[in-house]
Amino acid sequence: MQDLNSVGIVIPQYVHIDKPLELKSGSTLNSYHLVYETYGRLNADRSNALLICHALSGNHHVAGLYADKPKSTGWWDNIVGPGKPIDTNKFFVIGVNNLGGCHGSTGPASIDPLTNHQYGAKFPIVTVEDWVETQAQLADHLGITQFAAVVGGSLGGMQALQWTLNYPEKIRHAVVIAAAAKLTAQNIAFNDVARQAILTDQDFYGGDYYTYNTVPRRGLRLARMLGHITYLSDHSMATKFGRDLRDGKFSFGYDVEFEIESYLRYQGDKFTDLFDANSYLLMTRALDYFDPANAYNGDLTAAFKAIKARFLVLSFTTDWRFSPERSRDIVKALLNNNINVSYAEITSAHGHDSFLMNDAYYHQLVQAYMNNIEV
Amino acid sequence: MVTLTSSTAAQRPDFAAIANWIKPNSKILDLGCGDGALLKYLQQKHRIFGFGVEIDDANVLGCLRNGINVIQSDLESGLSGFADNSFDYVILSQTLQAMKHTERIIREMLRVGREGIVSFPNFGHWKNRLQVIQGHMPVSDALPYHWYDTPNIHLCTLGDFENLCKQCDAKILERRVMKQDRPIRFLPNLRGKLAFYRFERQNKSPKSTQD
Repeated sequence: MQDLNSVGIVIPQYVHIDKPLELKSGSTLNSYHLVYETYGRLNADRSNALLICHALSGNHHVAGLYADKPKSTGWWDNIVGPGKPIDTNKFFVIGVNNLGGCHGSTGPASIDPLTNHQYGAKFPIVTVEDWVETQAQLADHLGITQFAAVVGGSLGGMQALQWTLNYPEKIRHAVVIAAAAKLTAQNIAFNDVARQAILTDQDFYGGDYYTYNTVPRRGLRLARMLGHITYLSDHSMATKFGRDLRDGKFSFGYDVEFEIESYLRYQGDKFTDLFDANSYLLMTRALDYFDPANAYNGDLTAAFKAIKARFLVLSFTTDWRFSPERSRDIVKALLNNNINVSYAEITSAHGHDSFLMNDAYYHQLVQAYMNNIEV
Repeated sequence: MVTLTSSTAAQRPDFAAIANWIKPNSKILDLGCGDGALLKYLQQKHRIFGFGVEIDDANVLGCLRNGINVIQSDLESGLSGFADNSFDYVILSQTLQAMKHTERIIREMLRVGREGIVSFPNFGHWKNRLQVIQGHMPVSDALPYHWYDTPNIHLCTLGDFENLCKQCDAKILERRVMKQDRPIRFLPNLRGKLAFYRFERQNKSPKSTQD
């Protein structure tokens, strides 16, 4: 059945950027390409552009479908489309795959033009600041001088926040959902266990597994299983799986017996077919490093001095990976700088994953905020 | 815009009373701001820079629809998200009587704002007293609930509130007592239905509420 609120069939586009990118790490990428999608139309004054930044495992395919692939719905299709909270009748929406990703933008699996081999371990570590720089290059390419809004959840929310710091004049609104101004020790700890699973997989070969025609499947699978646990809430897992057994009885072994085991293994397996382990390492490191207050002795209020954008900050009550407290840190530092900000703490049972879910209150909030953005 | 402002003033004399005390272009925190109607009114009338605090989902959504800055938070847990002395006025409009931590919120208002403005229904109004003498908890247009379903758990009279201010080191700067849209000057504690107070800290440096 055709969804009238869908952006419909979409086609990814590519841009090659020749301007060397000086990375936060000190290394330089001489050129790179980005894959992106756009929905809606850029208006005559170019004032309605809205960038959507993706989280750890997301990509540029935010909304719509690919031709002849009925199951290829974009990852945030429930919020982006004509008449939806992020209304493509009003906004020119852009989704981009981050540099270092594995869905079309230059990343560890891409060919290094200097060696004609895949980058592998040679691909530099990139940060949230670096991503914002590449997104600014894309904006230039598209003739966008200022975004009406930059929107993102989780790691995507960090990019929206970084936009307001890197380019205060180029962003009017930031929508920061289920994010944090920095990861807690516990959060970094989860990332490290995930990385250790990959790094210690015998098929990892120091990141150069492409050369050996293999992938560190076991490591990536474990990393995803662990991550998945932290994206759900105790309550949602209990409701969905409880202690249900697949065969109704114990088998007194270590095979899959509980439904939750089956679910996690399925999620882990599915992920290894879709994602590159090197990209996973890189994205989690970008999360760890993000800390705009670090250059200001930990003073987030001082770090936010240059901000001019207005903010909508949203968190979810059962999100323990990016808890409401972390969003409140952001709100407090914005208030201290007399920045226009609204904050809502959404009651949801689904943990961190709530930001991807179709919750009525959540979507109404986004819609109400978006409706008041002047374009 | 102008018509909306004047019609709001006619419908909400309590908004107009508060607006009289507000200096243009000031920074305002409205506690229990509902759908942001007061802040919107003050924005149109005085070009204020405002934030509301609200716990109810429907009201938070109402604020966003009205284009009003709102922070979803529980007033009962204090104002820890707001820095000392960071607002010109902190307003608590007809919410005091429904709060559990009455004294704490007054102290928090004094910490966060240079001035506090509180409005509440006067329990000392003669009709309330009459109903109590007749043996019943009062029900009126200002207090439209029955004793068993009322959110108003801390009702007070003008005198009661003034004693609380003393206890919290709040210096009362101005008082206004109203019955509908009329100010009541003679026997206010008997004849007034709605009380408004503007106050500041007795001692000007903000007192931390950490203790």
